[in-house]
Amino acid sequence: MAGGKERVLKRRIKSVQSTKKITKAMELIAASRIVKAQQRVAAARPYTEQITEVIRNLAAAGAGSSSPLLQPREQVRKVAVVVVTGDRGLAGAYNSNVIRAAERSIVATRDAGKEYGLVTVGRKAAGYFRFRGFKIDASFSGFSDQPSYEDARQIAAFVTEQFESGEYDQVELAFTQFLSMGTQRAVVRRFMPLDAEAITDATKGDGPKADYEFEPSPNEILNRLLPRYAEARLFAALLEAAASEHAARQRAMKSATDNAEELITKLTRVMNRARQDSITTEIMEIVGGAEALAQDQSGPGELMIDHTFWSHITPHKFDHHAH
Amino acid sequence: MPLRVELVSPERILFSGEAEMVIARTAGGDIAFLTGHAPFLGALGIGAVRIQKVGGGEEQAAVHGGFVEVKDDRVIILSDVAELASQIDVARARRAADEAERRVRAGDDAEAEAALRRAHVRVTVATGS
Repeated sequence: MAGGKERVLKRRIKSVQSTKKITKAMELIAASRIVKAQQRVAAARPYTEQITEVIRNLAAAGAGSSSPLLQPREQVRKVAVVVVTGDRGLAGAYNSNVIRAAERSIVATRDAGKEYGLVTVGRKAAGYFRFRGFKIDASFSGFSDQPSYEDARQIAAFVTEQFESGEYDQVELAFTQFLSMGTQRAVVRRFMPLDAEAITDATKGDGPKADYEFEPSPNEILNRLLPRYAEARLFAALLEAAASEHAARQRAMKSATDNAEELITKLTRVMNRARQDSITTEIMEIVGGAEALAQDQSGPGELMIDHTFWSHITPHKFDHHAH
Repeated sequence: MPLRVELVSPERILFSGEAEMVIARTAGGDIAFLTGHAPFLGALGIGAVRIQKVGGGEEQAAVHGGFVEVKDDRVIILSDVAELASQIDVARARRAADEAERRVRAGDDAEAEAALRRAHVRVTVATGS
């Protein structure tokens, strides 16, 4: 039947339309969450800045860096990567970019003849690495949308313990930096040992240092402070990753919505052509039939039914035949 | 000149403003900071931080560990777990205290003891007694 093709197209357009509704909704949700996530990044900054400042002051006061968190290992045997991804997909290349960066780092570690350790954050990383038979030391998930400080603390606690016990000699952190709404970059940064150089370097530039009173001793404060510093850094990374995830999802969903729109326009055009074609065919049939009847007017007996049917559609044409 | 005080948690700045006096509990005992205090850096224990605001009024916060830095009449309190009195759910803190107390009595668990201390601080800070 002529309407068949048209019906199939109509159904497809409907399904694309409902897909579009979903992607549009996801786009809007992601857009509103980016703002919130950015605010959280900004709100967390003072703490990290202040804690860095305190460490600087301690270092300037001559606090010894006896903490194992600051000591680079002489022999690096095992390098661990903490990879931060999202729990959900539908965020464009967000997850795969950071996973690829982490995998490259792991492969480099293996090629250098060292052992690798792997800590996954977010369901996507866990799924990817488990499927490919990597050994995962620990995985954390369920909070990629809105990481809390408690989440960061748990991850940091695990990593710190592994590092202090000598299981890991070096820890890297793979996450996505939020540079701007339009740009996010997957990076791999050194997480442990903590970068003593960055801290002491900053000290040199500063002016004369105040003479602090300490309670307890500077070394002890520093030893207590460094784990907090590690947590704060990890927390900052989680927050940036969350903001990046929302931004990536918003972009991905926007282009999905645009694609759906384009597809609907195209399909509608095809459908209209199909409908016009079928109408044209019908008219041709009618005209052809009518002409055949006109020639065969003497004996219309066996075509009586069709005859009346046509007379409804094109009464004028049949008027003078009927009389 | 009043003190400029900031109470900062990892998630946000809890309090920022001017104060006459700040009292905090360090590992060695309570310490009060007034204008002109010598530069000071200390680790905080579990306890209340009391901020006496300029022009009366007091802001209390329950702080579970953290650090305090004083320099040039600026007091910065860093704490990964800190709650302002107004944000504490007293009923919940009481329940937590009861629960922790039960656990402490059941066994000499150091963790339960710390939880009990935290809950007590919360209740004290929230009820202002």
